[in-house]
Amino acid sequence: MRLIAAMSGGVDSAVAAALAVEAGHDVTGVHLALSPDRQTLRSGARGCCSVEDSHDARRVADSLDIPFYVWDLADRFREDVIDDFVAEYAAGRTPNPCLRCNEKIKFSAVLDRARALGFDAVVTGHHARLADGELRRSVDPAKDQSYVLGVLTAEQLAGAVFPLGSMTKDRVRELAAERGYAVATKPDSHDICFISDGDTRGFLARRLGEQPGPVVDAATGQTVGTHAGAHGFTIGQRRGLGVTAGDQRPRYVLGIEPVSRTVTIGTADQAEVDEVHTGAPTWTGPVPDLPFRAQVQLRAHAVPVACEVSLAEDGGLCLVLGERQRGIAPGQSAVLYAPDAERGDLVLGQSTVLGARERPEPVLS
Amino acid sequence: MDFHLSDTIGLPSAGEAYAGSAMTYLDHAATTPMLPVALAAMTEQLARVGNASSLHASGREARRVAEESRERLAAALGARPSEVLFTGGGTEGDNLAVKGLYWARRTADQGRRRIVASPAEHHAVLDSVEWLEKHEGAEVTWLRVEPTGRVTADALAEALGDGRDVALATVMWANNEIGAVSDLTALAALAHEVGVPLHTDAVQAIGQLPLDFAASGLDALTMTGHKVGGPMGAGALLLRRDAECTPLLHGGGQERDVRSGTLDVAAIVGLAAATQATVADRAERTARVAALRDRLVAGVVAEVPDAQLNGPPLGDVVAGGPGRLPGNAHLSFPGAEGDALLMLLDARGIECSTGSACSAGVARPSHVLLAAGADPARARSSLRFSLGHTSTDADVDALLEVIGPVVERARRAGTGRH
Repeated sequence: MRLIAAMSGGVDSAVAAALAVEAGHDVTGVHLALSPDRQTLRSGARGCCSVEDSHDARRVADSLDIPFYVWDLADRFREDVIDDFVAEYAAGRTPNPCLRCNEKIKFSAVLDRARALGFDAVVTGHHARLADGELRRSVDPAKDQSYVLGVLTAEQLAGAVFPLGSMTKDRVRELAAERGYAVATKPDSHDICFISDGDTRGFLARRLGEQPGPVVDAATGQTVGTHAGAHGFTIGQRRGLGVTAGDQRPRYVLGIEPVSRTVTIGTADQAEVDEVHTGAPTWTGPVPDLPFRAQVQLRAHAVPVACEVSLAEDGGLCLVLGERQRGIAPGQSAVLYAPDAERGDLVLGQSTVLGARERPEPVLS
Repeated sequence: MDFHLSDTIGLPSAGEAYAGSAMTYLDHAATTPMLPVALAAMTEQLARVGNASSLHASGREARRVAEESRERLAAALGARPSEVLFTGGGTEGDNLAVKGLYWARRTADQGRRRIVASPAEHHAVLDSVEWLEKHEGAEVTWLRVEPTGRVTADALAEALGDGRDVALATVMWANNEIGAVSDLTALAALAHEVGVPLHTDAVQAIGQLPLDFAASGLDALTMTGHKVGGPMGAGALLLRRDAECTPLLHGGGQERDVRSGTLDVAAIVGLAAATQATVADRAERTARVAALRDRLVAGVVAEVPDAQLNGPPLGDVVAGGPGRLPGNAHLSFPGAEGDALLMLLDARGIECSTGSACSAGVARPSHVLLAAGADPARARSSLRFSLGHTSTDADVDALLEVIGPVVERARRAGTGRH
């Protein structure tokens, strides 16, 4: 196959590219320039957008003796990922920018361009298994990235190659070291790549400004304080609320109402839900017959829970959870899996959370 | 064991396809293969010991080679040997001339803080000028550039005014991207009328255009080795004897105290040999290269009828010589991105350039085309093909064979912008 290897400068994409070359594919390395104002040197463990990262990627490509180019996708990234991220928070939702980047950048803008230029697929260092069109969790549960890939459609997955899903991160580092790559010991990146100091709240405050509003305690119905901006909160959040409840019980964010900027907090009981309403789903393969039983993962790194999936009247999904959950925020992605201990849980599809509630008590007949 | 240098480095004869390269090399303006005469002179010198500043026999021998090289280089470029300052290449020469002339003139007269420069300069000049503006109190007047990329005498006169507050002016002899040649002799005369020294970046002009430092009247001229078939990392600043230039590098006082540092004698002998050879065969070689270039442009336009030639027309004349670098073909392909074209050509064995990329490797729309008034889309869709002393009809044929489908394919990928 003719492949574009998306090379961030990290160890995963380096080894993914190497394995693609060693498997005999015709590989061209591409580093995506996503940040409009690139730092010369990497600082901390965030992102992949410094010039140094681009050089790390090029160094590996050169040693693999494959062509290497930098594709400037900063405009697309700003529109589709950063602006979307800010707008989602402004609307009281909690977005996942990594998922958005995979959906809109890596497996849209990059894949489309690759296909137009005569390539068959994009190979990345994501930790997920992909074979015969089936996307499954990585064998390394700590590094599994299937959640942020769950948004990909069958058509997008047909243009994706993930060589690392069947190995642990430790094995990836071993393979890099065996090949003499300096990035073998490069720290993992984490957090949000375009917020270089890791301060998401500060980033949003700079973008959105101060937007003070009331904090209302649902347990008492009283306004118990004010906040500087609803974008500083996410559903289920417990720390940093800046209020102490009279009953000394912990409070959690229950809801964010963007127009009145009201942040509603409540007790653990009130924060727990077992029914999730989501938008129109995307499927990684054939559309399943509804309703069906599955597992749902509601955040990156969240423990999946059993659920029953049915079609909602508005074309979205209704997920009835097997266990009560806290911190299910509109904007997050509900990724559905068919459990499979042997071959890895199969990703069925995903849908964006619109809301969640506690189910009404069943009426005993 | 037997060791033959020629086995290892594969000394090529002139015109021979370059060792190990199955590629069609159309990027001579980036760097051109070393001339065998330069390679031979350099490798011979590399085996010898001797610091040209030492007083003993080995030192004297090294110094003799360096000074003979200085004389050869001076003779080839119409300069006096004492006007040749060896540098580490074009970027150093540009930095030394722009900063050194600015500092020296400002020291002599605190009122001289203005720099007159073309916005189509190489970054070695542009960034030096901007650095002086940011850190050294310089004011900058950017010259008007013709749509061809040329700087006219009118534009320079307009920018200089009475020249009383001007530290220096700098205008490149021939543009590295779109090949535009300016009449530096006329510009120097004009600058001198108002008492302003003129520097030129002649990196692309040496060996391509008739050039004589003394006759030009210029105060400073930058050249580099690897554009003329010499080594990388070696160049020269031609600096008139009466030009005051504050050093960037302080130390042993070599090179008229303007550029300290142990002379790299092997590089210098290679630089001088290449410069002498390239100047000697200029007329006949550039006639051949220009004919190849004309065929390349006509062939590309035949394959891609809406391709646009950037820079001066092919037959353009300035001051009785070529108005465009003989090996330069710079074309825009509307609807295609330069970096997509480059990648597709690279995959088919054709090596060319999109002009400038930032340090991270991100392709940028050519600042030269933007300075010449082109819209960003045209600037972004451009490619530079540059021919040189090893170019052949087969190179042009190889490009013409693939350019049509490549442009079509790149257009399908679009401009990536909306």
